[in-house]
Amino acid sequence: MLKMTHLSKAYRTEVVETFALRDFSIHVREGEFVAVTGPSGSGKTTFLTIAGLLEEFSGGEYQLDGANVRGLNDNQRSKLRNEKIGFIFQAFNLIADLNVQDNIDVPLRYRGFNGAERRRRIQEALGRVGLSARSRHYPAELSGGQQQRVAIARALAGSPRLLLADEPTGNLDTQMARGVMDLLEELHRDGATIVMVTHDPELAVRAQREVHIVDGQVVDMAPQPRLVEAAQAGS
Amino acid sequence: MFSYYLNLALRSLKRNVVLTMLMIAAIGVGIGASMTTLTIFRAMAADPIPNKSRQLFAVQIDNWGPSKSGVQTPDDKLQQQVSYTDAMGLMNAHAALRQTVMYSTGFALSPPNPNLRPFQVPARATYMDFFPMFEVPFRFGTPWTREDDEGRAPVAVISRELNDKVFGGANSVGKTLNLDKHDYRVVGVLDRWQPVPKFYDLNNNQYGEIEQAFIPFTRAIENQMTTWGNNNCSRDAVAPGWEGHLHSECVWFQFWAELPTAADAERYRYVLNNYAAEQQRLGRFHWAAHTRLRDVREWLADQHVVTDEARILVLVSFSFLLVCLLNAMGLMLAKIMGRAGDIGVRRALGANRRAIFGQCLIEAGVIGFAGGLVGLALTAAGLLGLRALLSEQTTRLTHLGFWEVGITVGTAVIATTLAGLYPTWRAAHIQPAWQLKAQ
Repeated sequence: MLKMTHLSKAYRTEVVETFALRDFSIHVREGEFVAVTGPSGSGKTTFLTIAGLLEEFSGGEYQLDGANVRGLNDNQRSKLRNEKIGFIFQAFNLIADLNVQDNIDVPLRYRGFNGAERRRRIQEALGRVGLSARSRHYPAELSGGQQQRVAIARALAGSPRLLLADEPTGNLDTQMARGVMDLLEELHRDGATIVMVTHDPELAVRAQREVHIVDGQVVDMAPQPRLVEAAQAGS
Repeated sequence: MFSYYLNLALRSLKRNVVLTMLMIAAIGVGIGASMTTLTIFRAMAADPIPNKSRQLFAVQIDNWGPSKSGVQTPDDKLQQQVSYTDAMGLMNAHAALRQTVMYSTGFALSPPNPNLRPFQVPARATYMDFFPMFEVPFRFGTPWTREDDEGRAPVAVISRELNDKVFGGANSVGKTLNLDKHDYRVVGVLDRWQPVPKFYDLNNNQYGEIEQAFIPFTRAIENQMTTWGNNNCSRDAVAPGWEGHLHSECVWFQFWAELPTAADAERYRYVLNNYAAEQQRLGRFHWAAHTRLRDVREWLADQHVVTDEARILVLVSFSFLLVCLLNAMGLMLAKIMGRAGDIGVRRALGANRRAIFGQCLIEAGVIGFAGGLVGLALTAAGLLGLRALLSEQTTRLTHLGFWEVGITVGTAVIATTLAGLYPTWRAAHIQPAWQLKAQ
């Protein structure tokens, strides 16, 4: 699903060249739930923005769902992003002057779906996150957990192949965070491929696999013990 | 997507009302100022008779000669009007499809209704060709006949306003008007007609109302009706009495010819020059033939109907609009950059640069439209203010019609959209990754 090979990302000024990612390789298979962890400044978010085609990379290869994304123009990248990727942000990033259903409608508009299809998908996504009754509410009228669930509904509405979550519980209290993580796990069980960036080890262990980044490089790609045990018990 | 972007634009305007109002006000004030001056400029510069402006020609003949240098040059300013001698000479040449000599005069009118007191009526002495030449519309009756011209008949065509005043708007054809104690039979009543500017006689009041009565030129001369317009005389002595004045070199007549084709105009120029050359041969002119034949547009340009001051005023007002647009552009940039986060989210959700560009450009257009409506109100207020401040002749210049409304709103939308190009371009190039990282 997502394969980066010897990927690098450098930020250059006239005097200095700083690598946010260096010789970075990762392979996320379809249906996996991967947690990307690392200390602040390690390159987690840069990885996520490159994975989400929001930023270009300096070197290496990146294949998304079998397509090489190097050299794609803005239109192609936007289309790919719209069709294949769903984003969940730490700060929810809902548009304040749009109500819940209009927020979920945003990626569907760019996808070019007709009105009936958009309405169907919005209702389905809202039902999935348990917020059907809140479709006319504005973000400011919702709790943090509800806002994040709207953001998840927005990410799901376009039926993306890959969900990218950046510290999805970072702005939530423990109870709300648990609810959001339960939802992500449920989505994963239903077959979603999820890459979640987090610095929280407790959240990371709930993923199927943890990828640890330090100084822009993957240092550990060990499977989660809990999940390994669960897998062994299952077999 | 247009309706979606339009909806987003309207939401965006409501989001930061103060900033939105500032932008709309900046555009509205600029548009109001520029459109007020442009409306007046357009009226001043308008073609008063577009169907025939290339076929109607004002005639000028130099009957005064070189002023100081003693050498006539083509650039020497010719008199705006002609003398009686030249007017009659050209009328007798019959070289145009239609032609007329005319002058401004007037009467004291004694109304048939004894309840109305006598009042002064500005009039025009002319030939019957005047009416078809200048496409003058008639409400009742017709112009007088060629025989009336030749027979110096006491007939009159009156304006709609005079007919309303004296005859209560009824068909007055055949009725009698007492003008300067002479009875005139009404043969025609004009419909509404007001060329702007009053190109056929630019003396005194270029934007004034048309005359209220028209009578045969020959009749006016016989009755020794003096001019109410300009009367300019050269340094040559003028013999006493009406006949002396009439046959002097004083210029107080306007002369117009209708020449439908370029060939007709060329032929008429030839006749005109021949006439002037003949006057030289006869010893009346001591200089080479110096004449001009100008169609309506050339005539208005030569007579500086649109003043340099008016042109400068338009330039200044549009410079002001530019300043207002730059202000609006700055505000728009601030507003768009304030929404950089939202734009980043939209980019992350699949909007390409073109989509963001379209969305922001439509928002700029909506602001422009709102600014245009404010500008329209300010233009209307500005024109009303000018009417109150200036003479009544400006009323005719301060008309706000469909064209003016359209151009005001259209200019606002186009100018604001153009001003919005840079902020919009910036919006389209917002780096979504940076915005999302910053959050």
